[in-house]
Amino acid sequence: MALIAEKYAEEIEGILKRFPDKKSAVLPLMHLAQQAYGHMSREAMQEVADILEISPTHVLALSGFYSLYYEEPVGKYVLEICNDLACALRGADEFVEMVCHKLGVPVDGTTADGLFTVKTVMCLGACDRAPMLQCNLKFEEHLDEEKFDQLIARLRAEAESGKEEPSVVEKIMAYAKS
Amino acid sequence: MAHILLRHRDIENIHELDVYLAHGGYEGLKKALSIQPDEVIEVVKKSGLRGRGGAGFPTGIKWGFIPKGPGEKYVIINTDESETGTFKDRELVEKNPHQVIEGALIAAYAIGARTIYNYFRGEYMDAAYRFEEALKACYERGLLGQNILGSDFSCDFYCHYGAGAYICGEETALINSLMGNLGQPWSKPPFPAIEGLYGKPTVVNNTETLANVPPILVNGPEWYTSMGTEKSPGVKIVCMSGHVERPGNYEVEMGVTYRQLIEMAGGMRNGRKFKALLPSGGSGPVITEEALDAPMTYEGLTPYGSVMGSSSVIVMDETTDMVWAALKMVHFFRHESCGKCTPCREGTFWMEKVLSRIYHGYGTERDLQILESVANQIGGRCLCALGDFAVNPVLSTIRHFFDEYKAKVSGAGQKQQATRETAVATAD
Ligand SMILES: Cc1cc2nc3c(=O)[nH]c(=O)nc-3n(C[C@H](O)[C@H](O)[C@H](O)COP(=O)(O)O)c2cc1C
Ligand code: SF4
Ligand code: FES
Repeated sequence: MALIAEKYAEEIEGILKRFPDKKSAVLPLMHLAQQAYGHMSREAMQEVADILEISPTHVLALSGFYSLYYEEPVGKYVLEICNDLACALRGADEFVEMVCHKLGVPVDGTTADGLFTVKTVMCLGACDRAPMLQCNLKFEEHLDEEKFDQLIARLRAEAESGKEEPSVVEKIMAYAKS
Repeated sequence: MAHILLRHRDIENIHELDVYLAHGGYEGLKKALSIQPDEVIEVVKKSGLRGRGGAGFPTGIKWGFIPKGPGEKYVIINTDESETGTFKDRELVEKNPHQVIEGALIAAYAIGARTIYNYFRGEYMDAAYRFEEALKACYERGLLGQNILGSDFSCDFYCHYGAGAYICGEETALINSLMGNLGQPWSKPPFPAIEGLYGKPTVVNNTETLANVPPILVNGPEWYTSMGTEKSPGVKIVCMSGHVERPGNYEVEMGVTYRQLIEMAGGMRNGRKFKALLPSGGSGPVITEEALDAPMTYEGLTPYGSVMGSSSVIVMDETTDMVWAALKMVHFFRHESCGKCTPCREGTFWMEKVLSRIYHGYGTERDLQILESVANQIGGRCLCALGDFAVNPVLSTIRHFFDEYKAKVSGAGQKQQATRETAVATAD
């Protein structure tokens, strides 16, 4: 398949120009591939490998090494809650419990409607704004139950409307367009 | 006092190029371009500026290691910032990006590099729009690209985004990651200054380190050394988190005490009693009351067996279960170990297992010995500092809070845990 080669042709061209060696472009291209394919599927890895002329096994190894690539399918919105020490001192563990209870899923679980996956992650550089999470890499900070409910309501409405805002990955990779 | 690094707190919209220029922006670069590269290195050496990424290596000396003469060279900004409790570089790239760009350009001119990369941790994409915008503005206005400000100096600047791996903050792992390899460290030598990115001489500097450089060029090294202490001159951003009233970044002169830092952050939350703090996120040994009057400098905590590191201060009050805190940190290091060396990979795994057993009330006296013994077999036997970091939370909490460990293995643990949970529930 050539999903990203078509959808993100300009981004890829610009990213490749940033380095003397194509292989350096592998992480940004994997971010784009995950965006297009939904997760790091075999097809996604193969396409990245083909574009960069590297082995798919290498892409597989990177996919396992870095925590932001999902090797299994995930929901439309991945909620990555930080429950590392500094956040946990300000109620992050209890926040995770509340979220799991509300959405009816365990950590790493995805809601039946395929909308939300809940994960716990290490420090996200927002310890002064705990409890916090990233939703598809977007920071959501100073959360409590009420703000979490609002966030979920907003995301559900967005999913229903079918309107797609550009994601964080898309917005950032767009800067590579020449 | 006006901020030197967190200038956006005094000057609105300083992330916009025009505003930055109107407030003396890129004057440091102009100053640098008006003197020889070697002289720039000399100024930075004289300022006594030391690396703000944790290790504290003198910045000017690092730049001086780069071989002179023609050939490709690189400057890499380290914005991987993944240490637990650290969020200072994020504020800089998000709110005052031009000062970081200017610092990196001065570094590039000083060492003869024509390309700069800023390596952001992947999770910081949402904090990087302004940095990307700032680069665009610089290209449009002749501050990047060919013949910068009409000089002979030409330089390109690109952002790169990682994908979630604390180890990529270690400079050789970062370089591997940037080359598309697994983000694992290599054994030094070769040092990046000789063989770095694509095998070429490379300077890797922390984001905050570089933000210090433009004001040093403008105001001179004596101005910089007039702040802070003799061995640790200048200013530093401190990340205050945990049980304080006002967590956040605070810019201070080096040499303030940890007690003053807690006061700055509004004191202990809910008026509770102080118990312990981590001066360097999860990676430095914990300190207690006795060390609170020590100055925050590169040497200040040596008598107390700890380090300033990245000055990410995580404060804990009397309700904190220290075995629980140690477990959180060990979990972090187990998760982030890159797996290249056995003591770190296996050791962090076993430390987490044993510690978890102890915390949950299933541990025995023997487990305490095992825990210490495993820790002692990791320290000093690893390729990079992560292995040593991982040992710190365990050994330092055992040293200062052995009673809490004892209580857990003697069956009183369940009760302790219940106390903590009730405390957290009431605090929030
Ligand atoms: C496990 C590990 C993680 C590190 N993470 C960071 C980081 O996130 N940011 C950083 O600037 N330095 C980090 N460092 C230190 C870098 O290796 C390097 O010393 C630093 O970037 C040099 O810049 P400086 O001299 O300006 O401090 C880390 C080191 C280790 C061992
Ligand atoms: S000490 Fe740990 S993180 Fe560092 S290289 Fe060895 S295994 Fe990797
Ligand atoms: S510990 Fe949660 S963002 Fe730092």
